[in-house]
Amino acid sequence: MIAELGHFALILALCLAFAQALIPLAGTIAHKPLWMATARPLSTGQFVFVAISFACLVTVFLQDDFTVAYVANNSNSLLPYYYKVSAVWGAHEGSLLLWALILAGWTLAVAIFSRTLPLDMVARVLAVMGMIAVGFYLFMLLTSNPFERLLPFPPVDGKDLNPLLQDIGLIIHPPLLYMGYVGFSVAFAFAIAALLAGRMDSAWARWTRPWTNAAWSFLTVGIFLGSWWAYYELGWGGWWFWDPVENASLMPWLAGTALIHSLAASEKRGLFRSWTLLLAILAFSLSLLGTFLVRSGVLTSVHAFATDPTRGVFILAFLGVVIGGSLLLFALRSSTLGATASFNWLSREAGLLLNNVLLVVTLAMVLLGTLYPLVADVLGWGKISVGPPYFNFFFVPLGLLLVLSMGAGASLQWKRQTPGSFMPLLKAPAFISPILAVLWLLLAGWDLKVVSLIGLTAALWLIVFTLQDVWKKSAHSAGRGIGMARLKPSYWGMVIAHLGIAVLAIGITLTSNYSDQRDVRLVTGERIQVAGYGFLFESVEQVRGPNYIAQQGSFAVFVSDDGVDAKPFTTLHPEKRRYLATGNMMTEADIDGGLFRDLYVALGEPLGDGAWSVRVYVKPYIRWIWLGAMMIALGGVIAAIDKRYRKARVNVQQPAVAAPSAASPALALAKKES
Amino acid sequence: MKAARKQRLLVVIFIVVIATLIVGLLTYALRENINLFYTPSQIAEEEAPRNTQIRVGGMVVVDSLQRASDSLDSSFLVTDGSATLLIHYSGILPDLFAEDEAAVATGALDDDGVFVAQQVLAKHDEEYTPPEVADAMQQAIDKKAKALQSSEAAY
Amino acid sequence: MDRIKLFIPLIIFVVLAAMLYWGLGRDPNAMPSALISRPMPAFQLPDLQQLPAGEAGEESTPVVIAEADMLTEKLFLGEVSLLNVWATWCVSCRVEHPYLLDIAETGVRIIGLNYKDEVGAAQQWLTKFGDPYTHTIVDNTGGMGLDLGVFGAPETYLVDHLGVIHYKHIGVVDDRVWRSTLQPKYQQLVAALAQSVNKQ
Repeated sequence: MIAELGHFALILALCLAFAQALIPLAGTIAHKPLWMATARPLSTGQFVFVAISFACLVTVFLQDDFTVAYVANNSNSLLPYYYKVSAVWGAHEGSLLLWALILAGWTLAVAIFSRTLPLDMVARVLAVMGMIAVGFYLFMLLTSNPFERLLPFPPVDGKDLNPLLQDIGLIIHPPLLYMGYVGFSVAFAFAIAALLAGRMDSAWARWTRPWTNAAWSFLTVGIFLGSWWAYYELGWGGWWFWDPVENASLMPWLAGTALIHSLAASEKRGLFRSWTLLLAILAFSLSLLGTFLVRSGVLTSVHAFATDPTRGVFILAFLGVVIGGSLLLFALRSSTLGATASFNWLSREAGLLLNNVLLVVTLAMVLLGTLYPLVADVLGWGKISVGPPYFNFFFVPLGLLLVLSMGAGASLQWKRQTPGSFMPLLKAPAFISPILAVLWLLLAGWDLKVVSLIGLTAALWLIVFTLQDVWKKSAHSAGRGIGMARLKPSYWGMVIAHLGIAVLAIGITLTSNYSDQRDVRLVTGERIQVAGYGFLFESVEQVRGPNYIAQQGSFAVFVSDDGVDAKPFTTLHPEKRRYLATGNMMTEADIDGGLFRDLYVALGEPLGDGAWSVRVYVKPYIRWIWLGAMMIALGGVIAAIDKRYRKARVNVQQPAVAAPSAASPALALAKKES
Repeated sequence: MKAARKQRLLVVIFIVVIATLIVGLLTYALRENINLFYTPSQIAEEEAPRNTQIRVGGMVVVDSLQRASDSLDSSFLVTDGSATLLIHYSGILPDLFAEDEAAVATGALDDDGVFVAQQVLAKHDEEYTPPEVADAMQQAIDKKAKALQSSEAAY
Repeated sequence: MDRIKLFIPLIIFVVLAAMLYWGLGRDPNAMPSALISRPMPAFQLPDLQQLPAGEAGEESTPVVIAEADMLTEKLFLGEVSLLNVWATWCVSCRVEHPYLLDIAETGVRIIGLNYKDEVGAAQQWLTKFGDPYTHTIVDNTGGMGLDLGVFGAPETYLVDHLGVIHYKHIGVVDDRVWRSTLQPKYQQLVAALAQSVNKQ
C-alpha cells in the first residue's frame, strides 16, 4: 500500500514537473505574467510530492517490506535501522529518487530565495529545472521504478546491502555528492535562461554566484567524504585511486571551480561571458555524465555498483537532449550577448584567465584518461586501462602551476597593475617559503627530497602570499581589527578556500613522500617496527555484529624509543568481517588518527598456523588532505552567504539586444511583489 | 575595439600553443601508461609481450591457490575456459578473491612466461563478472565452437 | 568564423556521445551474436529429482549415481527446449519463477540448470514454489556454466531439437521478454522441427 502511494506520488510529481517546464516558459513567450507566476507554486508542489514518494521508500525499507523488489535486493531484516535508511540510496533506483528529491529541493530553494529576481528570469530558470526533473522522473518510472513489487512470490528475507556500503561515510557521501552534482543544475538553468533571454549582465553573474558556490561546496565535501571512505573502508589505505567513479566526481568539480572564478570576472568586469555560460553548461553536463558513467556500466570500475545498459541508453538519450540541446542553444545564441571587453595582461582578470586555462586543461586530461579505454575499445585498439601513473604525470605539474599562480593571481588588482607595484609583493613569498619548507622537513627528521621540497615550497608560497594579501587589505586608519572586520565575507571565503588548497597540497606532498607501508606476515605474539612505532600482534578473536561475524585482531602500539616493558599507548582492533546474508568478506581497518600522522592496521587473510597477512601503515599528515578539503568547502559557504548577493537589483545594465517588451511586464510584477 | 581584437587573437594563440603542447604530452603519457588486457589463451599462444605491464583475467581455478609458509607470496591459476595461466603475487589478496571466481591481475610476464602480478582485483559481487573476463571467456568459447564445427565438417 | 567557433563544443559532444553509444552496444551484458548456432557443450551431471532429499544449508554428501542415470547433452535432442540457469541465492530468479511456471504450463519444455547451489535448498525451492522444469541439471561446481559461458543467474538459452543453442537471454524472463523475443524465436524453431519431421 505504501509502495503504491509512493509510486503514485512520483507520477504526480512528474505531472507537476511537466507543468513547471511548460507553463512558465510559455508565459515568457506569450508575455503573460500570470503564467510565469505559476513557476513558484508548481515547484513547491513538485517538491512536496517527490518528498512524499521518498518518505514512502524510506518507510518500506524500515518496515522490511520484501515484497518490494528494491528492498529485497538491498536490505535485510538484520540490518541496523540507520543502514536501512541509507540503503534507500545504496543502489540505482533509490539513488535516482534521491537525485530527484535533491533537484526538487534546489528548485524549491531557488523559488524561495529569488524574490529579488525579475519574474521572467525566475520563470525561465524554474522551467529549465522542471525540464531536467521531467527527464529524471521519466527515467525512473520507465526503467527503474523503486516501488516495483515482487509478487506473488516475495522472498522471506532481503539480500542485504552491499557490505562496502554499510558505513557512516556512505550514509552521507551520496547525498552530499548529489547536492553538489544537482546544485550545478541551478547555474545551468541560469545559463540557459540567459541564453533564452539573450541577456547576460553583471546582475546575472551576481545571482548565479552564491548558487554555484553552494553547490561547489557540497561537491567538495562529497568528494572529500568519498576519499575518506575509500581510505578506511576499502582496506587499501589509499585516498585517491583515479578510478573512473572518482574521476566522474572530480570532473564537475574542476569545471565548477573554473566557473566560480570565471563568474567573478563576469560579474566585476563583464569579461568572459560566453565562456562563463559554457562552463555552467559544462559543469552540469559533467555531473550528468558522472551519473551516466557510474550507472550505465559503460566504464566498469572497482566500485561501480550498478550496471545496466538498457538504462544507459535512456541516460544517453537524456544526455543528448540536455547537453546537445544546451550546446546548440549556446552556439546559436551566445553571440548575441555582446562584445568582449579588453583587459590588461597584468591584472586580476589575466590571473583568472590563467586559472581557467589550467583548470580546463586538467579537466581535459582527466576526461581523456577516463574515456580513453572506451575510445580504444570502440576503435578496436584492444582492452585497455589507464592507470594512476598517467594521471599523476599530469596532475602533479598542473596542480603545482595552479598553486603557484593562485598565490600571485589573487593578489593582483582588477583592471591593471604595474609591474613596479607587483614585484615587491613577490619578495616575501619567494624568500620565506623555500626556507620554511627546508626547516619543516629538517625538524620532522625526513630526507630532503626534491619533489617534497617543491611541493612544500609551492604550498607555503600560497600561504605566505594569501596572508600577505590579508595583511595589506586589512590596513585601516582606525586599526587593523576594524580593517579585518571591514573585509567582505566573499573575500574571507576566498582566503579560507585558498589556504585550504595549501593545506591539502601539504597533506598530499608529505603523505605521498613519507608514508611507511608494510604488508607483512605476522604470527600472534610477533612485533614489527614501522617508522618509529612498534606494533605487537596480540591475538585474534571471533566477535559478532548485528549482521556479520568477524575475526578481530588486537595490536598494541608502542613508541619505538620506549623500552620493551613500556605500556602501549593505544590498541588497534582491525576486523575481518563475514556478512551473513551474502557471505561476503570485508576488511575493516582500524586507524589511530592524529593531526600529524595516522597509524593504520588492516587484517589481510589467515595464512594458517596462527599467521595472518597484515597491512601496517604509518601515514604522516594524511588528515591534512581532508582538513584542507573542509576548509575549501567552508570558504565556498562563507562566500555564498555574502549579503552583497542578496541585495536588490542595482546597476542592472540593460542589455543591448534583449527584447525590452519581454522584460517589462515581468519587471512590473516584480516591483509589485516587493 | 581594435585592441580588444588583438588581445583576443593573442589569447587564442596562447591557448592553441598550450593545447598543442598538452596534446603532445597526453599522447606520450597515454602511450607509456596504458595497460593492455590479454586473455590466458592469448598468452598461451605467445601473443602478449614479455616484461611489459599488461593485465590478464579469468576465473581462478579451484584448488590452485598456494601460499608460501614464510612470506606473503602466493600463486594461483586463472582460466578462460581453454587455457590457464600461472600468476605469482606477493601481497594481500583482496577480500572478494576466491577460487572459481573472476579475478583481474595487473603485472608483467617474466622471461620464463610466469605472470608476476603487482595488483590483483577480484570481482565485485555474485551476479557480476568483470567485462574483460566475460569477454575473454566468450572468445574461448567461440574458438572451441569453431574448432568443434571444423572437426565435424571434416567428417 | 566566429559563429562556427561557437559550434565546437557541440561537435565535441556529438563525437563523445557517439562513442558512448557505441560503448553501450559493446557491453558484455548485451547479447553477443557469436553465441548463436553453437552446439550444447558435452556434460554429464546428475538430475536434481534423482538426488536424495537434503536439508537446506547442509553440505551435500557425495552420492553415487549410475552413469546411465546421469543427464548428458543428449537430453536436448529431439525437442525444442529452454535451458534456464537458476540458483536459490539469486533474488532475480525468484522474480522470474512464476513466469517460468506459466510458460511451462503452455507446454514449453524448460530444463533447469541449478548453478553453484546447494542440493537441499534447491529441492526445497522447487517444492515450495512449484517446479517448471522437466529436468534440473545439478551443476554445483559451475563447470557446465563455465563451458556454456554463464555470466550469472538468471540466464535462459533457447536450444533446438539438434541440441544447438540459438539464443541467450541474460536476466529475468518476464511476460514482456517472453512475448517480444523468446516466444517468436521458440516458435520458429518448433516450425523448423515440424518441417524436418515432415520431410522424413
